[in-house]
Amino acid sequence: MLQGTQSWSFKNKPSILSTAAVVGPFEGQGPLANDFDRIHGELMLGQESWEKAERALLEESTQLACEKANVRKEQVQFLLAGDLMDQITSSSFAASTLGIPFLGLFGACSTSMESLALAALFVNSGAAHYALAATCSHNATAEKQFRYPTEYGSQKPPTAQYTVTGSGAALVSDKGIGGPHVTAATIGRVIDMGISDPFNMGAAMAPAAVDTIEAHFRDFNRLPGYYDLIITGDLSKVGHQIAIELLDKHKIPMHQTEFKDCGMMIYNYETQQVQAGASGCACSAVVTYGHLMKKVTSGELKRILVVGTGALLSPISFQQGNSIPCIAHAVAIESGVT
Amino acid sequence: MSNNKKKKLTPTQQEYQQLAQRIEPKRPVLKNCLKAFLIGGLICLVGQCIQMSFVEWGGFDKKEAGNPTVAILILISVILTGLGVYDKIAQWAGAGSAVPVTGFANSMASAAIEHRAEGLVLGVGGKMFKLAGPVIVFGVVAAFVIGILHMIFNPELAAGGGK
Repeated sequence: MLQGTQSWSFKNKPSILSTAAVVGPFEGQGPLANDFDRIHGELMLGQESWEKAERALLEESTQLACEKANVRKEQVQFLLAGDLMDQITSSSFAASTLGIPFLGLFGACSTSMESLALAALFVNSGAAHYALAATCSHNATAEKQFRYPTEYGSQKPPTAQYTVTGSGAALVSDKGIGGPHVTAATIGRVIDMGISDPFNMGAAMAPAAVDTIEAHFRDFNRLPGYYDLIITGDLSKVGHQIAIELLDKHKIPMHQTEFKDCGMMIYNYETQQVQAGASGCACSAVVTYGHLMKKVTSGELKRILVVGTGALLSPISFQQGNSIPCIAHAVAIESGVT
Repeated sequence: MSNNKKKKLTPTQQEYQQLAQRIEPKRPVLKNCLKAFLIGGLICLVGQCIQMSFVEWGGFDKKEAGNPTVAILILISVILTGLGVYDKIAQWAGAGSAVPVTGFANSMASAAIEHRAEGLVLGVGGKMFKLAGPVIVFGVVAAFVIGILHMIFNPELAAGGGK
């Protein structure tokens, strides 16, 4: 179970029975559109407010994940979910509708992997037969809470990122045969490198991602070549480049594997105005649960390491001039296909 | 970054910030200035045309035409904000669309739309000045200070008071 100093190895091979990815219209125009289960035509989703729309996204993705696995939500023991809103209201309100015993999490955009790691831990230890890991974010609610009104005309710098509207859910269980399995997880430390610009979260988060990746290899005594793909959550262009340089400086042989970032995959840089790339809880969730899981299930990717990255700031902390503490959690997913 | 702030950072943090700064794409300041000049100028040109139309066809004199001109510019800005276009223009234009009165109107309209969901009183009423409020506060404070300076240094006032 405990492996090294900060990792878990899941010997009982909890499997991911099903995953679901639901997104908004802007994400539906991007290059991964075909991998998402549902694309909404409008940001409001027919609700009265952005906040309600975000809750609806989470409800949909979790219900869809259950449907796909043919599991009734009454059979699910625990829902582990979180989001970016104050007091994680999107998750709690969605959990109230779903009626599944709920543990609320906050890891900012790393919540996708935080919840998946914990769901796998629950199942591996016998604390649950079925555990749902889910997260969501909405562009307009995040802009409203952390930045300016959506229609306000402020010029975003080239380091800014665009919050993904969407939700991703994964149903983890001990019932699955043949995989894909969650085999390992590394829980990250909070790293603060003194970046205080909320429009430059990639640079703030990159050192946290690097720290967790290094810890993972150290704990498991592995090299990057063990994985077919190592992918970070939402570092985007700036953070990804910094991460590459830092890993190189720390002599991690990343050339053995493919190293990508979810934040650089959702949108089309040519036609969509997203500056450095995507961010938000849903960013790593929809790319992993929509795009990557298809490849893992088919055996195209045998082993992947997803490193969810989160910037743990609040609107008050940055207005008071604090720097941005960041975190990253890594989860290894291995295909059952041999 | 100020030296004061830098002192609080550890050497590792400072080293990292140097690395990060090298990789971050910089704001294209010169290009942004040029765009701001063009769009800001264009908005002023539109305003000038509206004002001249009021003088030409509306029977206003030049001074009277100022207020309805501003009202029309604000209306255009609010409509563009409501249609979701103003922020798109602003990403290109930067200060060009933020500094003129249209930018001020946009800051209020966008906040009002954004917080409509929290109700008319606490939402629209309370949050409408979220961005425009500081402009008004510091504008008034600045006007007050300048007013006092004017009173002190104005030779006419200083010489004999209420002559």
